[in-house]
This record gives sequence, C-alpha cells and structure tokens, in this order.
Amino acid sequence: MTDNGGLEVQLSDDGKIPLEAEISCQPGELLALVGPSGSGKSTILRTIAGLNKPRQGVIRCNGRVWLDTDKGVHVSTRLRHVGMVFQNYALFPHLSARDNIIESLGHVPPADRSKRVEDLLSLVHLSGLGDRKPAALSGGQQQRVAVARALARDPKVLLLDEPFSAVDQATRQKLYRELVELRQQFGMPVVLVTHDLNEATMLADRLCILHRGRTLQSGPPFDVLAKPVNKQVARLVDQKNIFQGTIISQQPERDVTTISWGEFTLITSYQPNFKVGQVVDWLIPASHVSVVSAGENEVSGVISAIVRLGDMVTISIMIKNASSHPLFMSLPALEAKQRGLVAGEKISVSLVSGGIHLMEP
Amino acid sequence: MNWMALELSLKLAAWTTLLLLPIGIFMSRFLAWRTFRGKIFVEAGLALPLVLPPTVLGFYLLVAMGGGSPIGQFYEALIGRSLVFSFDGLVVASVIFNLPFAIQPMQRAFEGISAEVREAAACCGLSRWRILWRIELPLAWPGILSALVLTFAHTIGEFGIVLMVGGNIPGETQTIAIAIYDQVQIFDNASAGLMSVVLLMISMLAISATYLSASFVGRRHDG
Repeated sequence: MTDNGGLEVQLSDDGKIPLEAEISCQPGELLALVGPSGSGKSTILRTIAGLNKPRQGVIRCNGRVWLDTDKGVHVSTRLRHVGMVFQNYALFPHLSARDNIIESLGHVPPADRSKRVEDLLSLVHLSGLGDRKPAALSGGQQQRVAVARALARDPKVLLLDEPFSAVDQATRQKLYRELVELRQQFGMPVVLVTHDLNEATMLADRLCILHRGRTLQSGPPFDVLAKPVNKQVARLVDQKNIFQGTIISQQPERDVTTISWGEFTLITSYQPNFKVGQVVDWLIPASHVSVVSAGENEVSGVISAIVRLGDMVTISIMIKNASSHPLFMSLPALEAKQRGLVAGEKISVSLVSGGIHLMEP
Repeated sequence: MNWMALELSLKLAAWTTLLLLPIGIFMSRFLAWRTFRGKIFVEAGLALPLVLPPTVLGFYLLVAMGGGSPIGQFYEALIGRSLVFSFDGLVVASVIFNLPFAIQPMQRAFEGISAEVREAAACCGLSRWRILWRIELPLAWPGILSALVLTFAHTIGEFGIVLMVGGNIPGETQTIAIAIYDQVQIFDNASAGLMSVVLLMISMLAISATYLSASFVGRRHDG
C-alpha cells in the first residue's frame, strides 16, 4: 500500500449503511466521492476522520496505519491529523474566527500561532475579519473560516463534506475558484464528498461513484461520465440515452464495432470485450446527438416533446421499433426555432460514433 | 431573626451546589449524548424527586442512611458519628433530592451542542479535557448556571427532607425553613415574617440572576 503520502481506504460493514468501499487518493490529488443520499459517501469521509468505526477495514495515510480492524488498530480522531470541513461548517459559535483557527494550532509553538492565524486568514481572504464571531459572518465567510481551521491543522488529508451546499450560487462559484487556487499551494490528498455531479466534474482529478455503500467506478471525470462500466453507473452519472442493442460485427482492423438497434445499424469505435451476437447496453451522451442531415449513424423518429431550459432545449425523440423510451438531445433554443422543430414532427438525427459506449448488460 | 439557621441553610445550599456541579456535569453529559438500554428508566428515576413527596423520599433516605443500614454503619465506623441527624447526612440527602434540578437544565444545555461541533473539536486535535473546557462548558454554561442557581435556591427552601433526615437540631440541622415553621408554631409571626422575606429575596435574586445571564448569553453569541 501507499507510503508516498497518499491515502488508501478499504472498508466493509454490514451495519445501518452497508459499506463495501475501496478508494485511494494520491498526494495533491482531489478525489470526489459522488452518489445519491444514503450512498455512504459521508460515512466513508467520517470513517477516514475516525468519527465512525467500521466492522472491517484498513486506512493508511502518509505511510501510517490509522485503522486496521484485523490488528485492532484504531487511531483516535485527534491523533490522525485530518482537516475536515463539515457541511454546516461546525464552527465554534462562541469563538471568533481567529480563535476558531487557533484551536487547530495546538501542534504549533505558542509564539508562532498568531502569525500562522494571520497568514491563514489572509490565505482565505478574511484579513480584518478575525475578530468576528461566526454569527456575524456570511455563509461564504463561515466556509472560509472552516477551510482555514482545517488547513491550520497541517492535515495529512483534507476532507470536505459537501462544503458548498449551504451557500448561494454566486458565492459557490467564487469558492470553487478559491479551492482550485488553494489546492495548488498544498500537497495533501483531498477528498470531496458531493452529490453534485457538475461540481465534482469541475473540481476533481478523479471521481468515485458510490451507490448503497459500494464504490462502483472511479477514474478521471470525463472517463467516468462518458464510459460508465454499466447501466447503473450510467444512470448515476445522469446519462439519459441508455439503450439495448446486439453486436453485429467486430472489426479491429478498421477500428469499428457495429451494433443493431431496432431497424438501424450503428457504427462505433472498436470496443473489444464483446462477442458478435451478444446483447449489450449502450449509451450516447445527449451532446453527441446532432441534427446534421446525412451524418454518420443516421436514425429517424418522431419528436415527442421539446422542453426549454434557459437558452437550451431538450428534445425527446421516439425511435420506432428500437426503444420504448425516447432518445434525448439538446440544442440551443434559437437553432431549434430556426429549424422549425415542433412536437409531433418527424426528425432525422445523427449519432456521433465516437460517443457511443458499450456496456455489459 | 434566627441567623444561625440562615447561616446553616446557606452552608447546606453551598455544599449541595458545589457537589452537584461535577456530578451534574458528568451525568448530564452522559445522558445528553449516549443512548443505552433502559435510559428512560434512569431518567425517570432521576426525575422522581420532582414528584415524590419529600417526606417519602426523606423516609427512604432515613432508612438507607440510618444506623441499621450498611451505609450508616460504614459511615459511623469511618467518621465516628451517625450520618442521620447530622449536617453531613443533610448534605447527602440534599444532593440526592436536588439531582433533577441540577441535571435537567444541564442535560438540555449539553443536548444543545451539536455533535458536529464536538466532532470538529476532535478533528482540530483537541484533547477531551480541552474540548470540555474550551468548547462544551462555554457553550453549556447558561444551562449549568441556571442548574446551580435552581439547586441553591431549592436547597434553601427545603423542608420535608431536612426534617425527616436531619431532625431539628439548632446549629446542626435546623435550617431557616424549619426555623420559620418553629416560629409560627409559637405564634411569633413577626420573626417568621422577617425570615420569610429574607428567603423570598434570596430566591428572587437567584432566579433573576439566571434570567439575566441567559439574555446576556443570547446577545453574546450574536455578536
């Protein structure tokens, strides 16, 4: 296992929230644990911090064993050197921002503490607000105090539990940028728990998809989003265009795999691991469906609905004899209007072959 | 005015309050944050003095601490005098009788500290003692203060238990509440009235102090 400063976690529990999880996070890497509520992501974070004790598990960080249930090792939270930002920040309400941070500096010689506090306050853009109590700070400012308090600990791992969920959208965008800046200055592993896929994709080096306490897939955000290992992960990463087809041919020399879908034959880039005749699940991101006529993989159907969301529209297309649920695509609202697209009309669309991803059913 | 009785009452109230401070903090923290089988019965048992007639509780304590009981015999062997009908016995009885007055406000106060705040303190690397000292006590102190004031005021006014366990020995177990009763019995209403006013003022002062501190704390956290 790791001795390069990274974090390795392997947990299993059959308790109230069952766990069967394995994650790792390298120094300087930001790993996002993503999943619906009840998927166990917060439980994993709390277990790394030592606030939860699983039935079975091993946690190593920075070359040290924090948990090894087989050997009876369970290092207490206060000895783990974790920096944790709680969902509601959990600031000490009776202490000023400065004193909140000072409480985390127990390992620093007393003479150096006030300088460290001022450095941290300026790092999180709160210089001059150190004397304020949490109740006198805005949500975004409270979050910054919580981050500074977590960093003050000189943590071996930084744990962020939905740290952006309690602030408004504008503040959130600002805090995202600040987190990205902060990350460049610190080299510890960072684990972010979130249910917001966009947030995870934007901030993380790697995503880990969780469902009912199991880690289903982890990898770089784009890989996980575009190439989920199965239908379950595809649904969790919000892919709507998931269908079933049959492999017709495998042509590695031409870098082509073909599948049949209803009356259509679709060409995809070569995807090994599937046999001719095998029934597979496949997906195509809505962004890879286009209205270009005479393009590759042209399929036609009837528009069943057009839903406008801001400047974009989502168009649902029923493909006869291929699927009982529609194919979704999105277009700028203006383009949909120019093309005269309306519900009930026939439409031909092209499925970009590079976007089609095959999965074991 | 029976100054000796007033002094004794104040001494009894002070000892009771002093002893219940650590006992109350320990027990109320435990009850606030732990769940265990039979917790309801423990809480009900601790609240019993609120509804049980003081004479009934006093009777059981008299039996439990008397010379015929193991506790009474042990105390006598150790100290050389009887536990009942002594000031020490009064303090023990008073501590037991005041358990709900001390524990309930403290328990509510500790319950008001979120689990996340305590967990955050552990993540900051604070030791248990430092968490208690820097985080829990400052956050719970309005509840602790009102528990102490209630206990103090309630002890000063105690009558039934004192009479049952302590009797009416001037300078040893005769408290001001009993002295008032004695004065009324001998138709000295003027003296009884004076002592009642003193008792009323002490109680009023104590209760006002808790309200004052509560409003002060309310303002403090907002700024």
